[in-house]
Amino acid sequence: MSSEKGSILAPFKALKYLFKKPHTLRYPFELKETSPRYRGFHVNDFEQCTGCGDCADICPNDAITMKVIEGLVAEPGRTNERPEIDYGRCCFCGLCVDICPPGSLSLSRDYIHIDHGTDSFVVLADSERSGNEAFVPSNEYSLMKASLAHRKRGNESFVSDLEYSLLHLDRVPMPQAAAEERKQSFVEMVRGYSAEQARSEASRCLECGLCEEACPAHLRISDYVKAISEQDEEEALRLIFEDNPLPAICGRICMKHCEDACSLGLRGEPVAIRWLKRYAADSVESYAAALRTGAAPATGKEVAVIGAGASGLALAYFLRLKGHGVTVFDSQLAGGGMLRIGPPRYRLPQKALEDDVDHIASLGVQFRFNTAVGKDIQFEELRQRYDAVYIAVGAHRSRTARIENEDKALMALDFLNAAKLGSRPQVGRETIVIGGGNVAMDVARTCLRLQQLEYPGEKTVTKTVSLESWNEMPATEEEIEEAKAEGIEFNPAWGPKGIVLEGGEVRGLECRAVKSVFDEEGRFNPTFYEENTMLLKGDMVIEAIGQGYDLSFIPDNLMESLEFTERRKVKVNEDGMTSIPGVFAGGDIVNLNMDAVTAIADAKTAAEGIHKLLSDR
Amino acid sequence: MRELELYFGPQHPGMVGNFSITLKVEGDRVVEATSNPGFLHRGFEKLMEYRSWTQNFPLVCRLNVMDPDPYEMVYAMGVEELAGIEVPPRARYIRTIVLELSRIASHLFWAWGYANMLGFDTLGQWSMGDRDYILDLFELLTGGRVYHIYIWPGGVRRDLPQGFEERTLQTLEELAGRLPDYDDVFFENRIFVSRARGTGKVDRDTALALGATGPVLRAAGLKYDTRKTEPYAAYQDLEFQVPTRQQGDSYCRAMVIREEIQESIAIVRQCFEQMPEGPAFHRPPNPFKWKIPPGETYVRIEGARGETGAYLVSDGGNKPYRIHFRSPSYPHGILLLEELLKGASIADVGHIMMSLNIAAPEIDR
Repeated sequence: MSSEKGSILAPFKALKYLFKKPHTLRYPFELKETSPRYRGFHVNDFEQCTGCGDCADICPNDAITMKVIEGLVAEPGRTNERPEIDYGRCCFCGLCVDICPPGSLSLSRDYIHIDHGTDSFVVLADSERSGNEAFVPSNEYSLMKASLAHRKRGNESFVSDLEYSLLHLDRVPMPQAAAEERKQSFVEMVRGYSAEQARSEASRCLECGLCEEACPAHLRISDYVKAISEQDEEEALRLIFEDNPLPAICGRICMKHCEDACSLGLRGEPVAIRWLKRYAADSVESYAAALRTGAAPATGKEVAVIGAGASGLALAYFLRLKGHGVTVFDSQLAGGGMLRIGPPRYRLPQKALEDDVDHIASLGVQFRFNTAVGKDIQFEELRQRYDAVYIAVGAHRSRTARIENEDKALMALDFLNAAKLGSRPQVGRETIVIGGGNVAMDVARTCLRLQQLEYPGEKTVTKTVSLESWNEMPATEEEIEEAKAEGIEFNPAWGPKGIVLEGGEVRGLECRAVKSVFDEEGRFNPTFYEENTMLLKGDMVIEAIGQGYDLSFIPDNLMESLEFTERRKVKVNEDGMTSIPGVFAGGDIVNLNMDAVTAIADAKTAAEGIHKLLSDR
Repeated sequence: MRELELYFGPQHPGMVGNFSITLKVEGDRVVEATSNPGFLHRGFEKLMEYRSWTQNFPLVCRLNVMDPDPYEMVYAMGVEELAGIEVPPRARYIRTIVLELSRIASHLFWAWGYANMLGFDTLGQWSMGDRDYILDLFELLTGGRVYHIYIWPGGVRRDLPQGFEERTLQTLEELAGRLPDYDDVFFENRIFVSRARGTGKVDRDTALALGATGPVLRAAGLKYDTRKTEPYAAYQDLEFQVPTRQQGDSYCRAMVIREEIQESIAIVRQCFEQMPEGPAFHRPPNPFKWKIPPGETYVRIEGARGETGAYLVSDGGNKPYRIHFRSPSYPHGILLLEELLKGASIADVGHIMMSLNIAAPEIDR
């Protein structure tokens, strides 16, 4: 600056601008394009959006309300709600975008809205299907009748960016034994979270609750995960016990339908809900002290439960809390049902099983073990002596593949039972396991471990053969990956034809290539390329192709009135009661999932039903 | 002569916003002036006690429409300090760019108000137009023109977009080319100089005693700038001057601000030259479960108007227990303004007020 006195003539230099083109836009005749990152009106991809409501939860101005959308069907991991934005409140901060788990919500490049309707600024954030007549189609869009209709796909600007999102997508890794180490023994392979790891993993949860809808037993997952994040393990356990009295078991072997629905799993790893449940169960010294609940005063009503598996145990627990007397009959020597026989100890150690069963027993449940209904005591007698009967016998009869020389094959459950509870069964050096489900994985991995113990240092092989291809295999990906890591060989899409014998000894399994497993209607109906066969060498065959139930203890006259579903499951009403009055059922004989948590869910329903029935009398 | 009470604002064409001054005048001399803030009170500090640490971000910037980024910065710094969050180097540089662009935009906004108040509408039109080009840059970088919600705990919200550097350098180049024109029509205009010299004069000690900071204090001869005394963001790595003047009058304040625009342009250029690679964001904890350990802190930075500070208290919860902001306009608009208006002519009331660059929303929070 030349002078601090100022000049009189200098200001006239401004006149030069008279001869320059104006640099301002002649709005509205010249419109200004907004930036590619502009934070304008919302766009939401309806298909991608799960309706989790995290956008509504984080909105600092309560501008977002979740609205039920007609025609949208809620399913696991997805609600029938979608966000509606009140632009009278929205401050266009975009927090909703940065928290959106599926990344369906974006802000667009549009910002002008002109409408005479006073409520027209409350809009459903969507892309193409606005449905509001006040909106002008995008091709007719002009400044003078601008509306929210031009929020169309492809106009997104402020979009979800995982590097800058507020989501914590990576799970705290679960410490577990490496494949080489774990296959040497039956020691539990998953080591469990430390307090710090559990807190840190629980802190990732977005509290959207999609998991709770997906869980068959509808556990209060968000709440107990939150309690763990706040280091209140006892509160977590109390919340878990409201819906699931088997936390140490389910914390290990649950099929975790919840994690499949978890928001964070859409673009990252789901919260390790199952491991957190396990942590809550394991971190508490004694359930009784942490829960501070006991049986209610006796009502004088008595209920008989057939089967001390997950469903029977859970039902006994729920009914004891209501004060009803419960007697559980089981042909085994201890509680646990399929959980006692099935899951190998490297997945479910004995202590976890006992912790859960013992706590339920401590509430005053009467157990009559070693008592087979239909043999040691008649079903009719139970019906007469008890106010209600709950059938939760599970599926304990191994299905067979009906192949040649089948008598040389071992059945999965017999094998697992012997491996777990009996004397160690003999295994071959080259064992073939037929099946592609989780039981087949349990069998194969158990067999592999037995081989290591039986033939230390020698070359042994365990192979599976399944009708299903890699993509169709019913076993969980986790099980398949772990089995692979341990060295199990897989032969997917091969159908067993017969066991090949040589001098009465098993020499292998003849297989044929599978054309398809399911028919056009999705029913199990395998077809084969008969000429394309192979011989799978082996000296032992174990069949693990599924289990069925055995209801032969029910007398014929009653059996006639027992109704079944199309899928051959025992039919129950919304109270869990079968077509026989006073007889309830649950677990594997009722549901299609055939897992522990669904068995518990059935028990919860039936417990309410039985309680209602007994209270009404 | 009879003493009259005169209201300057809030409904007054010369008023900066929702603010008013009650004047006691004798003839055209002001005997006593009383600032009346409160017309804009939105209870932000209280509101923040009811929102989570993350949810407060869209709110802090609204403390000052003209210069919102320093508030985002102090809040982020306070939260980062309490929660122990590291900021990656790249984010520190990007933050510096944002803060300096905000300073430029704010100074241009001031030039509009100040020049208009003195009747120099040409500069007002120009500077307001030029400010919009800075807002274009903000739009490109943050997606928002006025409220950026961009600096937040752990860094910044998105990395620099493609073409941002070129566009910014070009815009600043053009702005630097405009500054001589600004000088011609305004800063070196004899009428302005005569009008501003000696008006609203405050000496260094009084300014200091009344809590003045920023250009107001620097125009009175004290070279105080938190960017130098307590460097934050990337300022310790950058070379820049702190413009000062000695007389402490309206002219000096205007010239300090004028020179600061130039310095800010130089700072932004340096930032681009030295921009580190790497991430621009370290993710803070999950917003739904974010609790900050108990503690308190006071952080301060140099806003366009002076020292902008935040006092944050956490009681270990998911929301602040208390937040208090130190805004430069508070002492400027109340203590200093009342002092400087004593004995001023009525014609200079608006002039002096604008020379202090008071932002009403900063006072009412």
